[in-house]
Amino acid sequence: MFTASMNFDLGDDINALRDMTHRWAQDRIKPIAAEIDKSNAFPNELWKEMGDLGLLGITVPEEFGGADMGYLAHVIAIEEVARASASVSLSYGAHSNLCVNQLKLNGSPEQKAKYLPGLVSGDHIGALAMSEAGAGSDVVSMKLRAEKKNDRYVLNGTKFWITNGPDADTLIVYAKTDPDAGSRGITAFIIEKTMAGFSTSPHFDKLGMRGSNTAELIFEDVEVPFENVLGEEGRGVAVLMSGLDYERVTLSGIGTGIMAACLDEVMPYLAERKQFGQPIGNFQLMQGKIADMYTALNSSRAYVYEVAKACDRGEVTRQDAAACVLYASEEAMKVAHQAVQAMGGTGFMNETPVSRIFRDAKLMEIGAGTSEIRRMLVGRELMAKMV
Amino acid sequence: MKVLVPVKRVIDYNVKVRVKADGSGVDLANVKMSMNPFDEIAVEEAIRLKEAGKADEVVAVSIGVKQAQETLRTALAMGADRAILVVAADDVHQDIEPLAVAKILAKVVEEEQPGIVLCGKQAIDNDMNATGQMLSALLGWSQATFASEVDIDGDSAVVTREVDGGLQTIKVSTPTIITVDLRLNEPRYASLPNIMKAKKKPLDEKTAADYGVDVTPRLEVVKTAEPAERAAGIIVGSVDELVAKLKEAGAV
Repeated sequence: MFTASMNFDLGDDINALRDMTHRWAQDRIKPIAAEIDKSNAFPNELWKEMGDLGLLGITVPEEFGGADMGYLAHVIAIEEVARASASVSLSYGAHSNLCVNQLKLNGSPEQKAKYLPGLVSGDHIGALAMSEAGAGSDVVSMKLRAEKKNDRYVLNGTKFWITNGPDADTLIVYAKTDPDAGSRGITAFIIEKTMAGFSTSPHFDKLGMRGSNTAELIFEDVEVPFENVLGEEGRGVAVLMSGLDYERVTLSGIGTGIMAACLDEVMPYLAERKQFGQPIGNFQLMQGKIADMYTALNSSRAYVYEVAKACDRGEVTRQDAAACVLYASEEAMKVAHQAVQAMGGTGFMNETPVSRIFRDAKLMEIGAGTSEIRRMLVGRELMAKMV
Repeated sequence: MKVLVPVKRVIDYNVKVRVKADGSGVDLANVKMSMNPFDEIAVEEAIRLKEAGKADEVVAVSIGVKQAQETLRTALAMGADRAILVVAADDVHQDIEPLAVAKILAKVVEEEQPGIVLCGKQAIDNDMNATGQMLSALLGWSQATFASEVDIDGDSAVVTREVDGGLQTIKVSTPTIITVDLRLNEPRYASLPNIMKAKKKPLDEKTAADYGVDVTPRLEVVKTAEPAERAAGIIVGSVDELVAKLKEAGAV
C-alpha cells in the first residue's frame, strides 16, 4: 500500500467517503480480485454490500434512498473501488452512473419511485445499452427497432458489449422509433429483464475487466408499455448525450484508481526487491519510473476532481468531460505498462496484480468511448468556439 | 444505561512510520491519521450493546488536538449518539499522557454518569496500555481489561479476558471500566448515509482547562529510534544442521 499521496482539499464528507470506501474495498474486494479475474464471474453478493454502504445511489436524492451527494463523491468512490479491482469498479460504474444516474436525470417521478429504490439498495442490478455490433462509435446508426403497436412499443434487435448485461434487472436501452429520422428517431426505454422476449447471451470472454460481466442483449418482440419511455419519444439522443458527460467524468475515476493500484503494488516491491546488493528503488531509472507514475496519478486526479466539481456546480463542459477521461485513461494504460516493467519477471506473472491491472487498463482507452472519439470531441468542441 | 467510549486519533495503521530526524518522536506532518483500531472495537461493542437494548446512549469522547473531531465524526457515523471533544493540545506531535487523559475522563464520567466506560486496551501509537487502568483507580471502579467477550447482565458484566496462557472469565459489577482486545468483534463500515447523518449529531467542544486538569507532560522522551533492522534468516537442510546452527549461536 502506498499512502504518501498528496492530500487534495476535497472536504470532510468526501474524505470520510474515501476512507470508508477504501477500507471496504481493500478488505472485501482486493483479496478476491485475482479470483474474479480468473473465473471471469462477478461476485453478486457485492451488490447488496455496496447498497448497504450507500455507494449505489451517491448522486440520488434521499427520498429514493440515495446519499444526495455529487459527482466528485462518485468519482472518489469509483476510484477506491477500482484501486481494489478495476473490473468491479466498471460494473459498479455501469450500475450506479450509467443506469441509476440516467434514471435520476431523466426519469419521471413515477419511474424514479418505481426503479431507483431497488437499484440503490442493491436488490436490483442496473445496466445501460447503447452499442450494437454494427454501431459502436457511430452510435446513432443503431438498428434496434421499437415499433409502436396499439398501447405499447415492440422491440426487435440486439445490443452488444453491454456491461452487467447478463445480470441486470433494470436496463436503460436506446432504440430506433423512427429509422428515417436519424438522431431524432431514437428513444430511450426502461427495460425489465422479466419482460417476455428479452434474453442475453452468456457473458463474454475478455482480455481484461474480466468478471465485469459483458453480454449481448437480444430483443424478440419485447413489448414495452408507454410508461417505460425514458424522457420523450424521439428525444433519446438528448437523454443519451446528457448522460455521457457525467459518465465520462465518473468513469475517469477508474483511471485514477488503476494508477493508485499500480503505485500500491510497485512501491513496496521497489523497497523490498534487491539486485546488485540493494533495493532496486535506489536506482535512478526505477526512481524515474515512479516519479512519472506519481506525476501521472496526481495530475489526472487534479483534472478529474476539478471537472467533477464543475459537474457539481452545474458547469461541466463537453470538452472537459471528454478530455479528463481521455487523459486519465491513457495515463492509466501508460502507468500500468510501467508498473509491469518495474516489477520485471514478477510483474509478468499472472499471479501478480499488475498483470491483471495492465489488461484491465486497456479497456479504459476503448470502453465508454474510444480515445479517438474523445479526442475528436475535444477538438470539435474547441473549434466550434472559433467559427 | 449510558456507555462512554474514549477514542484516540492515532497514525493510521497502514502508514509506514518514520522517526523524525532529531529523534524527538514520530513524524506526523501530512500523515494519514485514523481512529485507534482498539477504540474502534470499543465503539462497535458499545453500538452493539445499544442495538441489543442493553444500553440506551453511546457517547464518544476524544482528548487531544482539534483535528480529533474527525475521529469523533467516525464514531458518530458508526452509530454513537453524541460526542465530546476535549482540546488539550494544539500541536499534533504533543501526545497527552495516560494520567492526564484518565484525569480528564474521570471528570467527564462525573458529568455523564455512564454505567460502563468501554475503551481500547491501548493505543497503537505509544502502546502505553494504561488509561483504562488509571481511570479505574481514579474512580474507584472495577476494571475488566483485555476483553474478548462481554456479556452485560443487569448491573454486572461477565467479561472474558485474554491473559497470558489462556482466557480468564470474571464478573464485575457496574459501573465498570472495560478495555477491549482485538478479537472482541469486527467493527462495521460506516455507511454513506450514516456519514452524512453524523454531521448533524451533537459534538460538544471543551478544553482541558474546563476540567481543571494540567496536561503538562511528566515524562521526557529521551530518544525515539527506528527498530533495528533484522538480519536475513537462512534455510537449513536438516534437523541436524538446525541443532548445529543453534549450538553455534549459543541458543541451546
